[in-house]
Amino acid sequence: MSVTTTAAPPTAASRPGLWRLTVTELKLFIRERVGPIWGVGFPLLLLIIFGSIHSFNKPQKDFGGATTLDIYVPVLIAFSIAILALSALPMVLAGYREKGILRRLRTTPMGPVRLLTAQLAVNFAVTVVVVIVILVVARLGYGVALPKQLAGFVIAVLLAAAALLAVGLFVAATAGSGRAAQAIGTILFFPMMFFAGLWVPIAQMPKLLRYISHGTPLGAAVQALQRASEGHWPHPQQLLVMAAYAVVFGLASARLFRWE
Amino acid sequence: MPAVIEVQNLHKSYGDTVAVDDVSFTVQEGEIFGILGPNGAGKTTTVECVEGLRRPDRGEISVLGLDPQRDRAELTQGLGVQLQDGELPNRLKVGEALALYSSFYRAPADWRALMDALGLASKSSTRYGKLSGGQKQRLSIALALVGNPRVAVLDELTTGLDPQARRDTWQLIEDVRSRGVTIVLVTHFMEEAERLCDRIALIDTGRVVAVDTPDGLTERVQTEQRIRFRPSVPFDETLLTSLPDVTGVIHRGDVVVVTGNDNALNAVTSVLARNNIVAQQLRVEQASLEDAFIALTGRHPETGQHASQSRPGQD
Repeated sequence: MSVTTTAAPPTAASRPGLWRLTVTELKLFIRERVGPIWGVGFPLLLLIIFGSIHSFNKPQKDFGGATTLDIYVPVLIAFSIAILALSALPMVLAGYREKGILRRLRTTPMGPVRLLTAQLAVNFAVTVVVVIVILVVARLGYGVALPKQLAGFVIAVLLAAAALLAVGLFVAATAGSGRAAQAIGTILFFPMMFFAGLWVPIAQMPKLLRYISHGTPLGAAVQALQRASEGHWPHPQQLLVMAAYAVVFGLASARLFRWE
Repeated sequence: MPAVIEVQNLHKSYGDTVAVDDVSFTVQEGEIFGILGPNGAGKTTTVECVEGLRRPDRGEISVLGLDPQRDRAELTQGLGVQLQDGELPNRLKVGEALALYSSFYRAPADWRALMDALGLASKSSTRYGKLSGGQKQRLSIALALVGNPRVAVLDELTTGLDPQARRDTWQLIEDVRSRGVTIVLVTHFMEEAERLCDRIALIDTGRVVAVDTPDGLTERVQTEQRIRFRPSVPFDETLLTSLPDVTGVIHRGDVVVVTGNDNALNAVTSVLARNNIVAQQLRVEQASLEDAFIALTGRHPETGQHASQSRPGQD
């Protein structure tokens, strides 16, 4: 038996492996609890609390006739994306590097790049599920209309997830340990959520803060989602801001990411 | 037997630090080949170059006829690696880990049989974080073998294991070899190298000091043996110093230490018997692999607690 006769394209063996790897990462994501509790459960809980506040369901002149809940649904989607990308993803990846798991994968036909692929796939999939659940609960429970410009909404969700996951990858690339990654992610989370309008809706921010918000990935995301909810295409600037974060931080991560 | 690993003039530096200066050796198919040396000798860097994890600065490496850098994807199918300090996610179960890693390979081993062989069957649905150090180590060995490799590189295999687990692991390695797997064992643990290895490359400060069988290495330094005993009655030293095979006699309290060549033991015991002296607590110390190590490298292996285990009469 010679080596060459048994050789097959490496991808032939790794396709079922990649599927199993992704499923395993999803199981671990659920067992790890940070993602399910803070990225899925908490935004839903906030939705239920906000939905139960009577005044939040009344049209507001300040919001051009939209209800406060209408304004908050995109913010809660941004909240979920931010937790998954800034907290769950960097913690897992930096922890895997710290524990030598990425190094171990380098010695197998799977390789660590496919682990990143699996992790991104898991986070994208969970994001899509959370967005659908939030929209359905808001619609059925509290009468919030589904997005009127659906394609624009989907594009905005995917770009927002891509932008935040790129930032999360960057955190994982530069942080020394799982704990450090989680700490950095948390520090980034609060200002990003501020500019996404979690505490003060973007429309009610002072002019300077509103400008800054336009330049942050989640500020752009929330405004794009709101426009799409109301039936307009997201403003090109909003999509460009998110795409720019995705590309810049994605490339920087690719350059800086170390397997060990 | 054909060579499965060939390393020629390997050199690797990190900045100004030379980790591997000039290392060459050949591993034959089916043997257990030891890479022995003190911490920081360049053992791990050497095998990391063999595994393709590090790019050598100079030198040639061929593993199963493949270039570890150029043919990485193909090499990983035939080379199993057990890394020093490699962990797994705490919440991953033993069975899941083995099933997952076996799915990476074209022709994997039966992971359930492997789990049995390593005594992990009852731990199949236990999470990695709940395993003992020995169980984690055995799982790590199982993961190195789950791809059904032709060559397995095991780095500091039994570090952190208790003596029983260590002996079980050694047995396992011998079983694996008897299935035709070539094994490269990185260790600084003398007893392990002596017990398992067919041949050993002794590495020190990034260079190969010697490549030989464990017996061959000890023979190189075995110049004399030491005989220690407690005589039943005092006796005249000249009885022993007059023997041609004896080179020296020392009294340490009531213990006599005689040094001499291979025939000294025979000569000493006959003389004592003729003079009706009983040699109580008689011990003979021969050169061990550890002595060879010290003689060839000029330093003590940094094994600390374990190095002296196999040597009787040391105090």
